[in-house]
Amino acid sequence: MFKQKNYLALGAVVLVAIILLSLPSRVTSRLKMAVGSWFLPLFGLASAGQQLPADLADSVLTRHELLRQVDNLRRENQQLRSQAVQSLAIARENDQLRNLLGWQRQSPWRLKLANVVMRDPANWWRTVQIDLGSRDGLRENLPVITSAGLVGRVSSVSLTRAQIVLIGDPNCRVSATVENPARDIGVIVASGPVDTSLVDLTYLASSANLKPGQSVVTSGLGGVFPKGIPIGQVVDSRSVEFGLYTDARVKLNANLGSLEQVWVLFP
Amino acid sequence: MNPFQTILILSAAFLAVFGETVLSAPRELLGAQIDLLPAIMVFAALNAGLPTIAALAIFGGLWLDTFSANPLGISILPLMLVGFPIYLRRDLILRDLPFAQFVIGAIASALVPALTLLMLLSGSTEPLLGWGTLWQWLVMTAGGAVATPFIFALMDWCNGSLGYKLRTEVSFRPDREIRHRKILKY
Repeated sequence: MFKQKNYLALGAVVLVAIILLSLPSRVTSRLKMAVGSWFLPLFGLASAGQQLPADLADSVLTRHELLRQVDNLRRENQQLRSQAVQSLAIARENDQLRNLLGWQRQSPWRLKLANVVMRDPANWWRTVQIDLGSRDGLRENLPVITSAGLVGRVSSVSLTRAQIVLIGDPNCRVSATVENPARDIGVIVASGPVDTSLVDLTYLASSANLKPGQSVVTSGLGGVFPKGIPIGQVVDSRSVEFGLYTDARVKLNANLGSLEQVWVLFP
Repeated sequence: MNPFQTILILSAAFLAVFGETVLSAPRELLGAQIDLLPAIMVFAALNAGLPTIAALAIFGGLWLDTFSANPLGISILPLMLVGFPIYLRRDLILRDLPFAQFVIGAIASALVPALTLLMLLSGSTEPLLGWGTLWQWLVMTAGGAVATPFIFALMDWCNGSLGYKLRTEVSFRPDREIRHRKILKY
C-alpha cells in the first residue's frame, strides 16, 4: 500500500505548499496576479454574457419608454445641478472660514467608477475584486464607496485589478462616529460570517446613549477613510465586559451582497 | 495514466474555481459558497493516478487562493490530505455507487474547509468566524455531497464521449480457434 512513489508524490505536494506559504508577500501578490491572468479570457466572456441581457433589454425598449427615461434623467440632472451649486457655495464658505481660522485647506476627493468582477470564493473572507488596477492610479488603502455608503478599502493592487476588503471583514476596521449629541466614537468590526448587512460597532464609551435608527458615519480618525461617509444605522446596543464599554449592532447602508459597481475615492 | 483524464480533471477544477468567484447565488440563497474542488478531488482520487491527484491539489489550491484573501498555497495541503487516503484505499470503495460517492463527497467537503481553517488559525491570519460558520460548514458539506455524484456522472460522460480507452490485448485469437465441426451422420 505505502509504495515509495506515493510518499514521493505526497512529499512533493507538501514541499510546494511550504515553499508557497513561505514566500514574501510581494512575491505572492505577483504570483497571484500571474495566476489570475490565466482566467482573463473567462472573465471577458462572463462580462460579455452579463452585458448581453442589458443590451437586449435596451434594444426592445419602446420610444415612449425612452422619452420617459430621458425626461426623468433631465429632471434629476437639474436637481443635482442645483445641489452642486449649493454645495459649491458651501465649500467656498468652508474654505474661507478655514482660511480665517488658519486651518489646513481640505482638498476635494476624486471618484473613479469600478465594476465588481469577482467575489472571494472562501466563506471566511469578505473581499471582492474590481476592474481597476495600478495602471488606473489605484494604490492600497483607498476608500471604496457606493451611493449608499462605505463599502471598504483597497487591500492589494495588480496592474488591471484590485482587491477590496469589505467592511465587516476582520482586516477592515473603521473608526466611526454615531450621529447623536455626544458624537460617540467606536470601531466597526466584523459581526458574523453569514449576514453581510450587519457589523458591530465596538469600544463605545460605557455612557454612550445609543438609540435604534441613529446614523453612523466615518470619524476620519485613522487616516484611511475621510470624515462623514455614511456607514449605516444603529440596530441595538448592549453593555459588554461588565460595563467596561458598549457594543452596538449596525445595519450597513450599502448592500454588500449584491455589489456591482463601486466608487474608489482618490485624495 | 490517461493524459486526457488529467486534462479533464484540471479543466473541471479551473471552471469550478471560476464559477465560485463569479456565481454568488449560493451565497445569497444559503449564506455560503459551495466549494466543488473536494468533490473533484474525490473523483480524481478514485479514478486517476497519483500525479493527477498531486496536480489537482497544487493547481486547484493555487487557483482558489489566487482569488481569495487566503495566503497563497494554504488550500493545497487540505486537498492533498483528503485525496491521498482515498487514493490509497480506493480498491475497498464501491466507487460506482452514487451513495458511496455522496458519502465520500460529504466527508471530503467537510474536511477540506475544516483543515484550511485550522491552518489559517495556526498562522497569523484572522478569518471571519462565528456561530454562522457552522451553518456555512454544513452548507459546504451538503453541497459538496450532492455535487459529487453529478461530477462523477459528468466526468464519466466526458471521458466516454471525448476520451479514448486503452486497447487491451486478449489472449483469445480468432485465427487460432479450434472449430468443432459436427459430423453429420446419415
